[in-house]
Amino acid sequence: MTRYRLRGSSLATLAFVLAGSLALSACATIGGGDTPAADGSSSAEARTPLARGLDSATNPDPFPSTYRGLPRENMAIVGGTVFTGAGQRIENGVVIVTDGRVAAVGDASTPVPGGYRVVDARGRFVTPGIIDVHSHLGVYPSPGVTGMSDGNEATNPNTAQVWAEHSLWPQDPGFNTARAGGVTTLQILPGSANLFGGRGVTVRNVPSVTMQGMKMPGAPYGLKMACGENPSRVYGGRNSSPATGMGNVAGYRAAFIAAREYKAKWDKWREDGEGSPPTRNLQLETLAGVLDGSVLIQNHCYRADEMAVMIDVANEFGYRITAFHHAIEAYKIAPLLAREGICADMWTGWWGFKMEALDAVEANAALVDAPAGSCAVIHSDDAELTQRLNQEAAAALAAGRRIGMTISEERAMSWITLNPARSLGIADQTGSLESGKRADVVIWSANPFSVYARADQVFIDGALTFDRSNPAYQPLSDFELGQPGFGLSAANVLQGAR
Amino acid sequence: MRLKSLILGAACAAALFSTPALAQSLTAITGGRVLTGTSVIENGTVVIQNGRVVSVGTAAAPAGARIIDARGKVVSPGFVAVDSGLGGIEVSSVGGSDDLRNGANSISASFDVSYGLDPWSFTLPVARLGGITRAIVVPSHAGGGGGGGGHAHDDSDFAGVGHGGYQSPSLFAGQAAIIHLAQGNDILVRARVAMVAPFGEAGAGIVGGARGAQFTQFKETLAEVRLYARNKAAYDRAGLRDLSLSRADLEALIPVANGTMPLIVTVRRAADIQQVLRLAREEGVRIILDGAEEGWLVADQIAAANVPVLLNPLANLPGNLETRAARMQNATALDAAGVVIAIKGNDGAHRVRETRYNAGNAVSHGLPYEAAIEAITVNPARIFGMAGQFGELRAGAAADVVIWSGDPLEPLSDAEIIFIGGAEQAPTSRQFLLRDRYRDGGEGAMPPAYSR
Repeated sequence: MTRYRLRGSSLATLAFVLAGSLALSACATIGGGDTPAADGSSSAEARTPLARGLDSATNPDPFPSTYRGLPRENMAIVGGTVFTGAGQRIENGVVIVTDGRVAAVGDASTPVPGGYRVVDARGRFVTPGIIDVHSHLGVYPSPGVTGMSDGNEATNPNTAQVWAEHSLWPQDPGFNTARAGGVTTLQILPGSANLFGGRGVTVRNVPSVTMQGMKMPGAPYGLKMACGENPSRVYGGRNSSPATGMGNVAGYRAAFIAAREYKAKWDKWREDGEGSPPTRNLQLETLAGVLDGSVLIQNHCYRADEMAVMIDVANEFGYRITAFHHAIEAYKIAPLLAREGICADMWTGWWGFKMEALDAVEANAALVDAPAGSCAVIHSDDAELTQRLNQEAAAALAAGRRIGMTISEERAMSWITLNPARSLGIADQTGSLESGKRADVVIWSANPFSVYARADQVFIDGALTFDRSNPAYQPLSDFELGQPGFGLSAANVLQGAR
Repeated sequence: MRLKSLILGAACAAALFSTPALAQSLTAITGGRVLTGTSVIENGTVVIQNGRVVSVGTAAAPAGARIIDARGKVVSPGFVAVDSGLGGIEVSSVGGSDDLRNGANSISASFDVSYGLDPWSFTLPVARLGGITRAIVVPSHAGGGGGGGGHAHDDSDFAGVGHGGYQSPSLFAGQAAIIHLAQGNDILVRARVAMVAPFGEAGAGIVGGARGAQFTQFKETLAEVRLYARNKAAYDRAGLRDLSLSRADLEALIPVANGTMPLIVTVRRAADIQQVLRLAREEGVRIILDGAEEGWLVADQIAAANVPVLLNPLANLPGNLETRAARMQNATALDAAGVVIAIKGNDGAHRVRETRYNAGNAVSHGLPYEAAIEAITVNPARIFGMAGQFGELRAGAAADVVIWSGDPLEPLSDAEIIFIGGAEQAPTSRQFLLRDRYRDGGEGAMPPAYSR
């Protein structure tokens, strides 16, 4: 996730300038520990870096993932109906998992290596782990009481400097219920009060004491942007800008103008080392990350007309939009989104809660999916809905079929697996059962497009993280201990079995 | 009471068939898997005429009937939404379109949602396409019940200190109505079928913050209602002490105080449920529990009190400290204990169509299939005094019939043909019009605005 590459030829001058500026810093004496690894061009002259924390390039990953995955074993999941997530359906399929990665996927003739544990999935369905691109678990956790509402830094329309991972409470029991619904990866986003709400974080859905223990290694950051009613309502209500849609757009443009200047200063300083180094600005740093492509735009945007404007803003400043979230009206511009290569992240059933959600149609995902190059995604934004994204996809599939569209279940499965992985920039890592990818696998009791299907087993990186029939794999968060009903079975079902 | 309900229901139902020509024709739906609401008939025949179900069984279709071939299909009663806002709210964030909540302290218990219902609401066809044909429309309140969903409670004003000496805000949100969802210009089936009040955190917040205070306030209020009922003449000549509710509200609460009108109590915590059951016993009030997320912890007590429960089986997370014991098995446990349950949709108005999925999810978490069907058909009718009138395929009931492409609890199934009161409903909605307009990408030479 390196955002800024130091250029070797500039290192010498860089060091020269730094020597002068460091005298101003009280922290100068601790700067030495962060010297970045030489990139092969090492100048003979000793380079003194900026004081610790003043140059993002010296430590591009200041809150590094400590995710290791749970204990795993090599296994072969055999006999089930496999949806690969990449469009294939294999009856009586075999999924080979080696060292936490998918080693092979095929039909019954696929050889099972010796010593592998064989998981019998006969009569059941096997899919990639579900990926929810829009979650507020941990930042708007359960219980949503005073002291726990940490999802919206609604203090300024531009808070690109905040990171959702710094609000994330790993003990949110919603992570456990989501996992019981087959969710293995989530993007946790800040709320949508602001034009720029801050950075999201992509997490592996494993129980962890720390945020870092869930953070997905190598996943790109996303910047939450918001169109429409929310920012203009929040700030207009305070008699400040933005109060309108046009105020929103002026705000985006002003921010990217500043980000362009900021990026140019750093680029120049890194290039020629002349003058004082720029002062690090976390807000502009995130926006500059958008401009250099290292931070992906995750843009809450309901209306088709607003999405079209946002595409023009992106073109004006030379960045690209990875995904529109809550894209209620994506079906009105499905061909445009496909041409632009922008994912549309959608609900099926939500509508009518505000004017910009008025034109929702259940066939949205099906219609968005139709053009070549499309990227239709079903998302939740909700701790309950995230547990049933398979059903939300089923309802969208049914709505498409109702108007005569020919859509297979294996195709619709991509709306909650491979396409969300594309929407997060992690499709090379997960989202489908294909060789080399992380073995994020769900074994369902029945066809996941049925309301009666339950996730029986959920594997993350090849490790069993949830088993509906084995209490040893039914985690409870710290919060859940000792609460009313704790330890009691409801209708003969253990609490952890969900 | 029951007999009176039946008579009233019949009179109302007869008044609401707005497309008589269609509603009156003799129609037989044959060959389908028939869910009557209480049983399953394979290869069944459902005969309807004059807006009512004539017969349900396995007999051949009567001569002269229009035949609808339902082989391979499932035939069910129309589903009944409880705790809904259908027809009472259009867009949640647009205050002017919300007629489910009233802030005036002189019109609280007396607030009657039926006057604000809109038969032309675009929420109705959307719910109808989800198989919903009848609904209980309830006023909304700070406790998160009803069509408007949750509201942030304004704690700046407490009961007993409002203008005119009236409680402000009131303990009571107002009175619910029953509607049908047929096309036409009158959707009201019956007004004033239940009173609504939040308890638990929301109720406590109304009274001043503490739960215990609400119980005191409630008892004091009923005492005032009874005093008023006994002394109307004195009240009218100002010969009675000052009371904390307006005359209209006192009048509206008389049937609650005497146990003829049920009180829908939104309550979540097991401890609060116990106290509400006790209050109902002590005061002789008929109650219906709404929410009851922790109900499974006290299922036997709810069953023993013969109190029905309106619930959402998807509620399994502690949204606040009142619902820490929320579980997906709540519906299953309550049903097993013998409680009559009705399953709700996912919000008041817009996602009511998901009621059938909620029932399906209850099944996947242990609720018997037949119980899940009952919870969205006959049980709501029973709970609101309409047993046999709708929500069931049996002779004499309103001909609310839905023909499904498959199991109605499955998202992959569609409602293909919908009758309400015997009238076949157009299978469309504003959403379908939008969908069709953009079906081919919307990039033709003529803008989409030229298509209908």
